[in-house]
Amino acid sequence: MSHILLRHRDIPDLHKFNVYKKNGGFAAFKKAVTKMSPSQVTDEVKNSGLRGRGGAGFPTGLKWSFIDKNIWPHYVVANADESEPGTFKDREIMEMNPFQFLEGLAIASYAVGANVAYVYLRGEFWQIAEAMDKQIAEMEEAGFLGDKLFGTDYSLRIYTHLGAGAYICGEETALLESLEGKRGQPRNRPPFPAVAGLFGKPTVINNVETFTNVPMIIANGADWYKSIGTPDAAGVKIYSLSGRVRKPGNYELPFGSTFRQLIYEYGGGVQDSRPVKAIMPAGASSSLIVANDKALDTPIDYASVRAMGADLGSASVIVLDDTVDLKWVISKTLKFFKHESCGKCTPCREGTFWMNNISKRIQQNGAKKEEVDLLFNVAKQIQGKCLCALGEFSTMAVVTGIERFPQDFNRA
Amino acid sequence: MLLQKYGKEIKQILSKYPPDHKRSAVMPLLHLVQRDEGYISKEAMQEIASLLEMTETEVGSVVGFYTLYQEKKAGKYRMQICTDLPCALRGADEFFNQVCERLNVQDGETTQDGLVTVEHVMCLAACDRAPMFQSQGPDGIKYHEYMTIDRVNEWLQSLKQLETGEKR
Repeated sequence: MSHILLRHRDIPDLHKFNVYKKNGGFAAFKKAVTKMSPSQVTDEVKNSGLRGRGGAGFPTGLKWSFIDKNIWPHYVVANADESEPGTFKDREIMEMNPFQFLEGLAIASYAVGANVAYVYLRGEFWQIAEAMDKQIAEMEEAGFLGDKLFGTDYSLRIYTHLGAGAYICGEETALLESLEGKRGQPRNRPPFPAVAGLFGKPTVINNVETFTNVPMIIANGADWYKSIGTPDAAGVKIYSLSGRVRKPGNYELPFGSTFRQLIYEYGGGVQDSRPVKAIMPAGASSSLIVANDKALDTPIDYASVRAMGADLGSASVIVLDDTVDLKWVISKTLKFFKHESCGKCTPCREGTFWMNNISKRIQQNGAKKEEVDLLFNVAKQIQGKCLCALGEFSTMAVVTGIERFPQDFNRA
Repeated sequence: MLLQKYGKEIKQILSKYPPDHKRSAVMPLLHLVQRDEGYISKEAMQEIASLLEMTETEVGSVVGFYTLYQEKKAGKYRMQICTDLPCALRGADEFFNQVCERLNVQDGETTQDGLVTVEHVMCLAACDRAPMFQSQGPDGIKYHEYMTIDRVNEWLQSLKQLETGEKR
């Protein structure tokens, strides 16, 4: 099957403006602006079943329809902060198929009546941002961005904005704070960004991969898109596969493919032909799935992964083989979350600090019962007590690691 | 200082944001300074504060929050090696130790010639191309992937050549 998102794998040089244009590029944006009303565009995306690819899986069209039409101006922001350990899909899209992403962002902006859109890239994507500034300039020159597009009254400008190294800025309200020139700390909700977002105005924020789906949906229709994937999750997903597999990388598959297909057919199997011990389907913030036959043969979509006691998140699948010690795994994830906690909520700020300390002691001195109990209890006390998901994320590998792999913590 | 040297860039950066939300330009301006000076000096923070009608404390709070803004001088190039879980599953910890041994430094230290500072960083979205590092220096931020100690040697060699070229 040819790709829908990673189309550069089928079409050489797709990152070049002329090649993208020659291959149907910008036709969907033109169709939207000249032949469809904003609400028709939103309805088409709603009917396609597209869900947000940043992690939460919220229905995209529905999110757009929430934008407050009594307050203006509106903004659209692309979340290109990709920072979850194990996730590297948005980077490939922006490096190799950037115009499809920008076209999707433009269509979304039209749908919600925004005349300005921002791409918030993590600061480490410096080179991508430099290239994107040129791509935006090429679109302006060709009349796909700027004033009175396609002879209509609709105008749109897109600007890039670089972050500077903070995982928390992938959280949408922290991202907005950052874009306003502040520390990236999450806001209290409500109000939601659809009512009071960037600069206090109604704002839609979506992930890069989400936007990249949109031109194909507008070009081919909601029914076409819905025919791919599962009833729970329409369309395709890019899985970032990493860890102990022979061929790590991004794989675009329809929802409903199994972990076994992903790891063995696409990922080439496990290094040294070891068995898979655990799967982290959502990067470092993932719950650990015991990789038995049932789990490996589960079709991947949001509901099925949830039924296994985990979340699909942004589908950054980290594969752990039987040589990997879970004590070491959580020492790595905790070091990460301790570093990335923004410090706003006490349970997360103090909790990640202490979990990291206890985990270090367990690494050094072995899994003594009282230490493991203490770690588990601290994790449990963080859960449900933080403003954003980061606090919760920091506990997932700890709690599910201890519960589901007791032998690694002398609890068997 | 900043305004004189980067007047055009600053104007272009400010044009991205609504005139009554100048503060949004604080991060891009800090990036300018970081690339130019290798760290963010107190003087630069003061100038940015007055340009954007912020207090120095507000600018300082942004500098302190984000890891790519350095408050202290270090090597001309920072070699930032990802040792997070996915990279570590593909040998990043061993790679980090090899690099430290090769450069005769510990985590966070700078080589004697002042050229390179080695440090751990968190995930850089290159998990499938580990071991890897990013360099932060006068040429901006760049990724170096599928790394081996031989390839690190080549990179160091190219930096040294660049240095001697500049000095001539």
